[in-house]
Amino acid sequence: MRALVWITEASWQACVDQARQLLPADAEVTILHVAASDVEQLAGHPGPGRLGRHRPPPPGPTVREISDAEARSLLEAAAERFGRGSQTVARRGRIEREVLEAADELPADVLMLARDGAPRRDPKSIGHFARFVVDHAGCPVLLVWGQQPPGPAEMRWPPHLR
Amino acid sequence: VNEAIALVALAAALTAAVARWRWAPDWIVAALGAVIVVAVGALSFHGARTALGRLGPTVGFLAALLVLADGCRRAGVFDALGHLMALGSHRRPRRLLAMVFLAAAGTTAVLSLDATIVLLTPIVFVTAARLPTSPRPHVYACSHLANSASLLLPVSNLTNLLAFAACGVSFTRFAALMVLPWLVAVAIEWVVLTRVFADDLRGTATGVGSVGADGERPHLPRFALAVVALTLAGFAVSSVLGIAPVWFATAGAVALTVQQPPASARDLAGAAEPAFLVFVLGLGVIVSAAGVNGLSSVVDSLLPHGSDLPALLAVAFVSAVLANLVNNLPATLIVVAVVSSSAPGAVLAMLIGVNVGPNLTYVGSLATLLWRRIVHAHDEDVDVGEFLKLGALTVPGTLVAATVGLWLALQVL
Repeated sequence: MRALVWITEASWQACVDQARQLLPADAEVTILHVAASDVEQLAGHPGPGRLGRHRPPPPGPTVREISDAEARSLLEAAAERFGRGSQTVARRGRIEREVLEAADELPADVLMLARDGAPRRDPKSIGHFARFVVDHAGCPVLLVWGQQPPGPAEMRWPPHLR
Repeated sequence: VNEAIALVALAAALTAAVARWRWAPDWIVAALGAVIVVAVGALSFHGARTALGRLGPTVGFLAALLVLADGCRRAGVFDALGHLMALGSHRRPRRLLAMVFLAAAGTTAVLSLDATIVLLTPIVFVTAARLPTSPRPHVYACSHLANSASLLLPVSNLTNLLAFAACGVSFTRFAALMVLPWLVAVAIEWVVLTRVFADDLRGTATGVGSVGADGERPHLPRFALAVVALTLAGFAVSSVLGIAPVWFATAGAVALTVQQPPASARDLAGAAEPAFLVFVLGLGVIVSAAGVNGLSSVVDSLLPHGSDLPALLAVAFVSAVLANLVNNLPATLIVVAVVSSSAPGAVLAMLIGVNVGPNLTYVGSLATLLWRRIVHAHDEDVDVGEFLKLGALTVPGTLVAATVGLWLALQVL
């Protein structure tokens, strides 16, 4: 079984811990991080609207180099926390698209990810990126909570189900 | 014919600036355009001299500010800001955003939007990535505040410098009239960004971050901060002393350059962006030519006169639209020539329009956006959707609320 575990800065620890608990011991696990290219571009090539400006970026590592280094250290920390053998993959681009393509290329038998929305038992618990991935994934999806899961008491039934 | 030549020269300079052709740098096109409009008589030699005489001090002021900001970078001001933001955030993304707001609004106001865009934004990206938390809200905050927080001081934006030279108010009165619009603009950004990016701002960052964990106090570049503070104080008392603010900026730039010299004279010259200064001067002459050949009367007929609230709102909206049609620098040059004769209220309302308006689109103007889509169809992966959404949520409300704030300030002061 090939499992792809997509981690983000916000919930990587919870996601990795649950991967260790939930995925079978013999699963081939690949941990994935995606750097958002639009944010990198906004931070690193901040020139397009500045009419007539050509100033080179200040000396030192570029935003992309820093972004790569931080992604690597996050993936290393995740692999170490996972404990069992795993592969790591760093990609960059539009986040939701890169996750789906990574799952298709592997190809993954299961895609694991954490909710990226509000810590509530309602549709808002899944944010924009995870929603797109869950909606469009071509393989089974294992959706976990990125933080302490809300308990049964926190379920708010809509009026027609009360 | 003269009108057509001036407009063609304007279009050529703007196109060159957007397209960034290697074989036709925008500053050469603008300078050539300026020479041509004078040579064919679209603008008299005297008119060109007047335009350059008016723009010269402003461009010198800009150069001093650019050198001052670069001196701050060399002294480590922005690295120290990154450290302080990381420490102050206590690893909470929402608190980090608050720190980013303080840093970006302050940097933009004092050292101009260029310092925020070029020097602060990469630091903010690094600080967020190392926490670690998603850099998305923080980077978008920087790029938005670079525009909307550039209302406060004449030095916050080149558009402000141009208007400041034209409207004849003192540095302190400019700041006093614009403090309410500035606060309103920053507050609206806060409300919208914390809502749009609520998912990214929850909880506490955990784990591997390499900054701020050790609790070590960052090294504060005291000399550079003192120079900036003294420069600001100089701006504040400039009208009392009867010394133009440009001299305080120059003194600050010289002090930082002497204390921490750049690696080479080339670096020093580069920090002042000479090509851009030439571009501004060329554009100024071309716009003057277009102005005397009919553009001014067209814009004049579009803009209402007076300082009542509806007139100010109309000026702000027309300026925002113009900034999105032709970018905010030419928009300012065009509008300032028309409104500077009326009360300072109209000039400041124009600034609200041309400074906040560019947040509607990632690239500063709608025209630029469409053009870039055509020219660079596939070579760049710019996701403008998020930026357009944020712009639609912040810009209309900010234009109205900030202009109302300006109107209130004009009633009181």
